[in-house]
Amino acid sequence: MSVLEMKGISKSFGPVRVLQNVNLRLESGEVLALLGENGAGKSTLMKILTGVYKMDEGEILIDGQPVKIDGVQHSREMGIEIIHQELSLFGNLSIAENFLIGHEEKYKRALGFIDYKQLHEDARSALHRVRLNKATDVLIKELGVGEQQLVEIARALQSQVRFLVMDEPTAALTEVETERLFELIQDLKAHGVGVVYISHRMEELFKVADTVEILRDGNEVGTRTIAEAQERELISLMVGREMENRYPRVETTPGDVLLQVKDMSTHRVKGVNLEVRRGEIVGLGGLMGAGRTEVARGIAGVDRVTGGEVRFKDGLCHFRNPQDAIQSGMVLVTEDRKGEGLVLPFTTRENLALPTLDARKLLGLVNRKQERSFAADVIRQLRIKVSSPEQTVGSLSGGNQQKVVLGKWLAHNPDLFILDEPTRGVDVGAKQEIYQLMNDLVAQGKGILMISSDLPELLGMCDRIYVMYQGTTQGEVANDTLNQEDFMTLATGGTL
Amino acid sequence: MRDVIRKYHLGPLIGLVILFLVLSVLSGQFLTFGNLRNVALQTSVNMLLAVGMTFVILTAGIDLSVGSTVAVSSAIGAGLMVAHVNIWLSALIALIIGAAAGLLNGVFVAYVGLAPFIVTLGTMTLYRGITEIYTQGTPIFNLPSAFATLGTGQVAGVPIPVILTLVIVVVAWLVLHRSVTGRRIYAVGGNEEVAHLAGVPVKRYLLLVYVISGLLAALAGLVLTSRLGTAEPTAGTGYELDAITAVVLGGTSLFGGEGTLVGTVIGAAILGVIDNGLNIMNVNSFWQDAVKGAIILVAIMLDRKKPASR
Repeated sequence: MSVLEMKGISKSFGPVRVLQNVNLRLESGEVLALLGENGAGKSTLMKILTGVYKMDEGEILIDGQPVKIDGVQHSREMGIEIIHQELSLFGNLSIAENFLIGHEEKYKRALGFIDYKQLHEDARSALHRVRLNKATDVLIKELGVGEQQLVEIARALQSQVRFLVMDEPTAALTEVETERLFELIQDLKAHGVGVVYISHRMEELFKVADTVEILRDGNEVGTRTIAEAQERELISLMVGREMENRYPRVETTPGDVLLQVKDMSTHRVKGVNLEVRRGEIVGLGGLMGAGRTEVARGIAGVDRVTGGEVRFKDGLCHFRNPQDAIQSGMVLVTEDRKGEGLVLPFTTRENLALPTLDARKLLGLVNRKQERSFAADVIRQLRIKVSSPEQTVGSLSGGNQQKVVLGKWLAHNPDLFILDEPTRGVDVGAKQEIYQLMNDLVAQGKGILMISSDLPELLGMCDRIYVMYQGTTQGEVANDTLNQEDFMTLATGGTL
Repeated sequence: MRDVIRKYHLGPLIGLVILFLVLSVLSGQFLTFGNLRNVALQTSVNMLLAVGMTFVILTAGIDLSVGSTVAVSSAIGAGLMVAHVNIWLSALIALIIGAAAGLLNGVFVAYVGLAPFIVTLGTMTLYRGITEIYTQGTPIFNLPSAFATLGTGQVAGVPIPVILTLVIVVVAWLVLHRSVTGRRIYAVGGNEEVAHLAGVPVKRYLLLVYVISGLLAALAGLVLTSRLGTAEPTAGTGYELDAITAVVLGGTSLFGGEGTLVGTVIGAAILGVIDNGLNIMNVNSFWQDAVKGAIILVAIMLDRKKPASR
C-alpha cells in the first residue's frame, strides 16, 4: 500500500503560468481520472511527475516521504511509468527490442552483448499479461494501433511499476480494444497499481475511475469521487460554463440524394452501399480496421474504385484523383491531421489558403491581401485560437488544428464533406464548436459523411449510421432506432 | 530576438556582414568596386545553380546532376557553334538539353517514384558520360567571338552574367514567394500527402522543379563556357556540391518546405566572398579548402534552428 502525493505544484514556461498550486493524491489500487480541456495543464502535471519537466514550486511525496524526481530514469526507478498520448515505440524494431530500449542495463552481458533469450522471455510474459497474442520478434510497424498501445502498456509493466499514468490511451482504440484495456486496468488495480487516467471521453471515466480531478487553465477546480460525480457538473467545471447539450443535433429535413454508392469496391473494401442526402449528417462507424477510412478514400478519388458505382449529385463519377473530387464539390477532411491535413511548416494563413489558391490568384500570383482577409475571416468565424494568422500550425492545440483543417475547405464551398474522425483528440469546448459548424453546414443544404470511433458521438450527431465490418457495409442504423446494441451487433459481423 | 533573426533569415546575413567587415579590415583590396564586381561575376554561375537547387530542395529533393548538366548542355551548344550553327539557336538548343536533362530526373522522381538522391546520382554519371562521348574527351574551343559577349561583356560597368543572374533571381523570387506555383512547391515539400489531398497535382510540381534546375544549369553552363571561351568535358565537376552548400547556408531545410530564395542568394554570396577573400589574402591554396569548410560549419551552426539540448 503506497500513496503518491503532489502538493502545491506550480510551473511556468517563460511568462506563461501553466500550473498554479495544483495538488494530486493517488493511492495503490486507485484509478484517478484527470479531466480538463486541452491546455488545462494535465500533460504538464504528468510530465513533472515523470521527470520530463522540473517544477518551479511544490513537492512530491511517496508514502509521506518527500522525493526529488530527477529525470525520466529516476522516476522510473521509483516505480512511476507513463504511457504517452502519442505512441512512443520504435516502428522499425521488434516488440522485444522495444522492451530493451531504456532497460539496456538489465540485458547487457559480457562485452556489451545482449541477452536476447532473457529479453524475449520477459517480453513474452509481459505480452501475456496484457493478453496480446503476438510473437516477440514481430516488428512494431506491422501491428495495428490498438496492438501497439497494448505493447506500450506491456512495456511500462516490465519494471516494478507502482504508479502508472495513461495519457488518452483510448484515443486510437476501437470499442473492443477499449473494453480489453479496461479489463487490464482492473487487473492492475487488483495488483495494487495506482493509475492516473487522462481522457476526453466522459463515458470512460464512469467505467474505470474511482476519483475524478478536474483542472482548468492550470488550476485545480475540483475533485469528486465517481459516486458523487455528475456528468453535467464535471463538464461545467472543466469548461467553466454550463453546457446545455453535448450533442447539439438539430432536426433537418433531408433533401435530394447527394451521394449514392452502390456495391463499390477498391483494393481495400468491397460491396459498399451508402447514400447521403442534402441536409443530412450520415455516420460511418465500425471497428478499427473495418475499412471506414478506405471507403472515404475510394469515394473521394484517393484510392481507385475497381467495381460498382459512385454517383455524386447527378452524374456517375469515379474520380481519378482528389483534384477531380474537389472540383466537383466533394472534400475529404482526413483523420491524421499531422500526416494528411496540415502542412506543418506553414502558417495558419497559408494552410487555410492552400486548397483555394487558384480561386484567388491574379496572373499566377497569390493575391495576398485577399488571402489575409480570408484567413482572418475563417479564424474569426471558427474561433480558432491563434496569436496571429502568421502563427505556424504546428504550435496550435489539437482542437485548433482541427478547425484549421475544416476551415481550409469552407471557402471552397463544397456540397459534400467527408469528415474522418473530426473530433479525435479535441477537447469538449472545441468539439461543441465543431458540431455547431456541422449543423450550420447541413442547414445550408450540404451533406456530411462522418467517420468516427466515438460511438456516443455517432449516435448523438447522425441521422443515420452505416456500420462497416471487414471491408463492407454490414448494415444501416436509422435515426429513430439508433442504439448501441444494434450498432455493436453489426460491427461484429451480425445482422439485425 | 531569436525569432526575429529566424524570420528574416538574418543569421546568414549577419554572417555575410561579418565576413565583409573582417575582410575589409584584413585587406585594403577587398572593399573596392573592382573586387566586388569580380566576386559577383565569379559567384554568378554558382548562384544560378543554387537558385535551381533551391526549388528542388524545397520539395525535399536533391539534384546531384547539375554539374554534369552544365557540361553536357554547354558541350553540345559549343559543338553546334563551332559547326557554324547560329549562336542563338545553339544556345537555345543548349537550354533545351538542360531542361530535358531535368525532365528525365523529374520523370524518375515524380512518376517512377525513385529517391531523388539515387536518380540524380545516376544521371550525374550518365550526363557526364554523354559529354565525354560527344567531346571524345577533348575541349571544344574557337567559339564564335560574338558568343563571348555573354560571359565577358559589360553594361555600364556591370558584367552581363551578373545582370543575367539578378534577373533570374528576381523572377525566381516572384515565382517562389508570390505565385501560386511557388506556394504549391512549398506545400509539396512541407507535406506531400496534404498537398495531394488538397488537390495539388503533386507529380507535376515535382517534375517542374527538376526542369527548372536543369534549365538553370544549362544557363549557367552557357555563361561559364562563354567566359572561358571553351567547353571542357570536365566542366562543372563538383558544382552540385557548391550549389547545395549555398542553399543550406541560406537556411533552407533539406527536409523540404522551409527556406527562402533570399537565403540562397546570401548563401551563394558567402561562398563567393570566402573564395575571393582567401585569394586576395594569399592564403596558401592547400589551406583554402580546410578554411572554407570550417567557415561553412561555423555558419551553419550559428543558424541552426533548435538548441541540441533542452
